[in-house]
Amino acid sequence: MTPVALLPYADFLGIRIAGERHGAPLLVMPFSEGLLNLQGRLHGGAISGLLEIAAIAAIDATLEEGEDPRSVFKPITVTVDFMRPGQPADVYACAQVVRVGGRVANVAVCAWQDDPDRAIAAARMNLAITPPAGK
Amino acid sequence: MRNVMASGFDPAELLAAAKAGHMVALGLRFVAVGPDWCEFAIDYDRRLVSDAATGILASGPIMSLMDTAGGFAVWARRGKFAAQATLDLRLDYLRPSRPGQTVIGRVECYRLTHRIAFVRGVAHDGDPDHPIAHLAGTYMLLGDGK
Repeated sequence: MTPVALLPYADFLGIRIAGERHGAPLLVMPFSEGLLNLQGRLHGGAISGLLEIAAIAAIDATLEEGEDPRSVFKPITVTVDFMRPGQPADVYACAQVVRVGGRVANVAVCAWQDDPDRAIAAARMNLAITPPAGK
Repeated sequence: MRNVMASGFDPAELLAAAKAGHMVALGLRFVAVGPDWCEFAIDYDRRLVSDAATGILASGPIMSLMDTAGGFAVWARRGKFAAQATLDLRLDYLRPSRPGQTVIGRVECYRLTHRIAFVRGVAHDGDPDHPIAHLAGTYMLLGDGK
């Protein structure tokens, strides 16, 4: 697995790499007040943001050294299912790269809190692959 | 443009009470509300980009914008602030937002049952006829429902 660099938006959410799981980067979004919605649960948008970053980090980990995934992969469609309310606590996420083809990458990603088998949210993302400039 | 329904859901009142949280952190601004729709805006912020080189906003803040506008559209249609949870969201990205531009999200609750609210919406950066993204989503009504 090559080292991954996270997006500026990941820093905004406080997301960092916590390790590795099934060969993909394991991300954690530590709890902060700034992640809550008006009902005192984690905001669906913040959870979606974590899922997106985990998806891009997982693709990043599959790339050769020197390739910049952030200019290569752009979301086309993002579908998020919310299974459980996000409690005011840390959230973990890890993605599985289903396929990286010539034009599109398909990624499945899951987020949980205390138990990896009890997901709070899951997403499927289809991303467009744009060849880096000059290639 | 803000027209509060007789039934009593006033987003401004609800938002005035929110001093922290994700909406405040992102700088989401309430724009307008109607009987079954709501509009929010997010101003451009370099901390929210996916790539410092291009300056294009990440998709996460757009999802936060649309989830927020969707939740408020459901409360508008319910005529009250009551417990609900997002069940699913699908966002189709039609094109990148232009760096520096404010993004507007307008979401409509087009169907409300006793347990589920269905929403659809559009995000744009100035011209509603040239959208950035389309949203389809559902919310579960909790507590005593509709």
